Amino acid sequence: MDFWLPVVFAGLMALAMLIYVVLDGYDLGVGVLLNGGNDNEKDMMIASIGPFWDANETWLVLGVGILLIAFPMAHGVILSSLYLPVAAMLIGLTLRGVAFDFRVKAREPHKPLWNGAFFGGSLLASLAQGFMLGHYISGFEQSYAAYGFSALIGISLVSGYTLLGATWLIMKSEHELQEKAVRWARNALWLTALGIAAVSIATPLVSTRVFDKWFSFPQFLLLSQIPAVTVALVLACHFRLRKLATAIDDKAWVPFALAVSIFLLAFAGLAYSLFPYLIIDEVTIWDAASATNSLLFVLWGVIITLPAILGYTVFAYRVFWGKTRELSYD
Amino acid sequence: MDALALARVQFAANITFHILFPTITMGLAWLLVYFKTKQDRTGQTHWGDAYRFWVKVFALTFALGVVSGITMSFQFGTNWPGFMETVGNVAGPLLGYEVLTAFFLEATFLGVMLFGRKRVSNRVHTLATWMVAIGTSLSAFWILALNSWMQTPAGFEMRDGQAFVLSWVDVIFNPSMPYRVVHMMLATGLTAAFVVAGISAFRQLRGDKTDANRVALRVSIWLAAILIPLQIVAGDLHGLNTFEHQPAKVAAMEAVWEDQEGAPLLLFAWPDEEKRENRYEIAIPKGASFILTHDPNGLVPGLNSFEGEHPRVAPVFFGFRIMVGVGMLMLLVAWTSTWVMRKGRNAPSWLARVLVGMTFSGWVATVAGWYVSEIGRQPWLVQGVLKTAEAVGPVPAGAIAASLTTYLVLYAVLLVAYVSVVFHLAAQAAAGNIPRERTRLDNPMQPVGA
Repeated sequence: MDFWLPVVFAGLMALAMLIYVVLDGYDLGVGVLLNGGNDNEKDMMIASIGPFWDANETWLVLGVGILLIAFPMAHGVILSSLYLPVAAMLIGLTLRGVAFDFRVKAREPHKPLWNGAFFGGSLLASLAQGFMLGHYISGFEQSYAAYGFSALIGISLVSGYTLLGATWLIMKSEHELQEKAVRWARNALWLTALGIAAVSIATPLVSTRVFDKWFSFPQFLLLSQIPAVTVALVLACHFRLRKLATAIDDKAWVPFALAVSIFLLAFAGLAYSLFPYLIIDEVTIWDAASATNSLLFVLWGVIITLPAILGYTVFAYRVFWGKTRELSYD
Repeated sequence: MDALALARVQFAANITFHILFPTITMGLAWLLVYFKTKQDRTGQTHWGDAYRFWVKVFALTFALGVVSGITMSFQFGTNWPGFMETVGNVAGPLLGYEVLTAFFLEATFLGVMLFGRKRVSNRVHTLATWMVAIGTSLSAFWILALNSWMQTPAGFEMRDGQAFVLSWVDVIFNPSMPYRVVHMMLATGLTAAFVVAGISAFRQLRGDKTDANRVALRVSIWLAAILIPLQIVAGDLHGLNTFEHQPAKVAAMEAVWEDQEGAPLLLFAWPDEEKRENRYEIAIPKGASFILTHDPNGLVPGLNSFEGEHPRVAPVFFGFRIMVGVGMLMLLVAWTSTWVMRKGRNAPSWLARVLVGMTFSGWVATVAGWYVSEIGRQPWLVQGVLKTAEAVGPVPAGAIAASLTTYLVLYAVLLVAYVSVVFHLAAQAAAGNIPRERTRLDNPMQPVGA
């Protein structure tokens, strides 16, 4: 039990973070793209994420919540080391979260201002999250090189989210907006790939342990499938988008599925590198875990509620299935 | 200021800003359930119209609560790592249950509740409204269970500087928890009632004569009139519970510097922390002893019994008086309104103006009450277990000052925007038909929200 409970919670935390990155990733991405649309398209873009963003963000609270519940000894170290980027992310999330409502409820002349807050907040939150990831995997090193690396990851995560957002829009929109979304997705794809490559090269360099985990035989043969499949997915996404540029709305869900798969693999690779460390080469999940009794108490809650949460999440997505229509309280 | 003081101010600023919005949405969610049920039962459309207006205010308020709540969840780690390191075994699971049972429920069904009216059956839409209301109340239950545990910890033991749970029932149902939950739930009901009353009165002053607005005003006035006496009783019981478990807090609330038999009830005073005495006292003799011990000559332990272990007196003392003062004002206004508006009479314009003035009175009382509760617990973070100064993290003062400044500016802007947009929505509703918010697709000439 003392061995398995922290592993189970590390898995749950990874799951929550993965769901967060995919779900809030697409709605942050739509926010970053907002300025590319005209007034009608902006409304449409926001309508496509309106019913979901709030629940999407809840996965972040769950992810960081599990870190806090299950690994209190690492929680404080990680979050206080990331103090300023976390603050920047929170300010970004606040701005965009409230802009959702303010932009349609405030006086008409103020609408562009709130649109700006929505774009700016989405961009700031995405950049900050990428920066946090970079700083985290470089072991919180404080050097210009490390900060430069973190900034690069920040930009790549923005493009990753943009890719998710653009492919989401391809799936949810029609006509001109869909054509625009195809162009956005094509541009975002390559920067995303660059970011994934940068993280993949950097993590083994930061830690010899990670290097050995990847580059020793025989597991290397198996593990090399991860980058290989990722490259294949990026190429598939590229060709699919090129096809969509001419054959409008043909299997419009495919690029989104491919983008999600790319994130899934990148995430899996990262999780493999890190495990079982919460802070690279310093604190393992067992060092940082809470008392068994407390973990068991939460585990029961998870077993009971998680299926329900997944169930009504699926329900909510089904209610708003298909091409986006205007959002109305009527 | 040093890092500890800055971290405290930042936490206080964030949680003060945060609490404003859930305080409205928790009560408002149940009012929406009421409007919706009335519409379903009677088929009268004005209930549905009232629902459609207030659900918009709800959406805006909820969004502000969500984003400020996310900020809170991170601040435990960024600024107060010692808290989770010491009592994480208790606090973690309670927060976890809040996320699992409440946050997802309310966040997911909110989308269906706001935008799903045409996409799901009426039954499912009513169900979504219920789920959101249940979610908001559940989240209050868990967070108040944790807060109460920090005030009156129970059901655990300390081993090697860490809390370990012995009984979850004792942790959750700790001695102050039932009182605090009831007191806070009534506070949200009152806050929402005065918001609905104030905004409806504002619409009436702007010439809105619709049935939807009339019923909303009437319902909220009655709700306030019923809840306020209940709140006074609940508050009194909560005070007695605090007297039993946290006497230092009560000594600060009443500014009793020395142990005293027959302590007076101070209506006003200026507590002098240096000289440890009060100036300019206006008092009812033996009042405090009578309220707290039900004996005019009962002993009230003074702050001298807790030297070095009691909070600063002035904020607790004044916070308490502001809360009680606003409560009394609410009683007066709510009961006057029900009397003036008896038998279906409309609110005269003087009353409507008073109600507009009282729109956000619940905020003042709630925040003042929380200051009493939280500052009153100092210097402890968890009473008798962990001091606030021991929990603060290593972040340098400069970084906290930077984040604090940004938060303060942001919160000030958002608060002004929130209040003005709520009144703007009301003015718009009054200016004609109930506003229909839509994202413009078909008709770009149609003003948004009109």
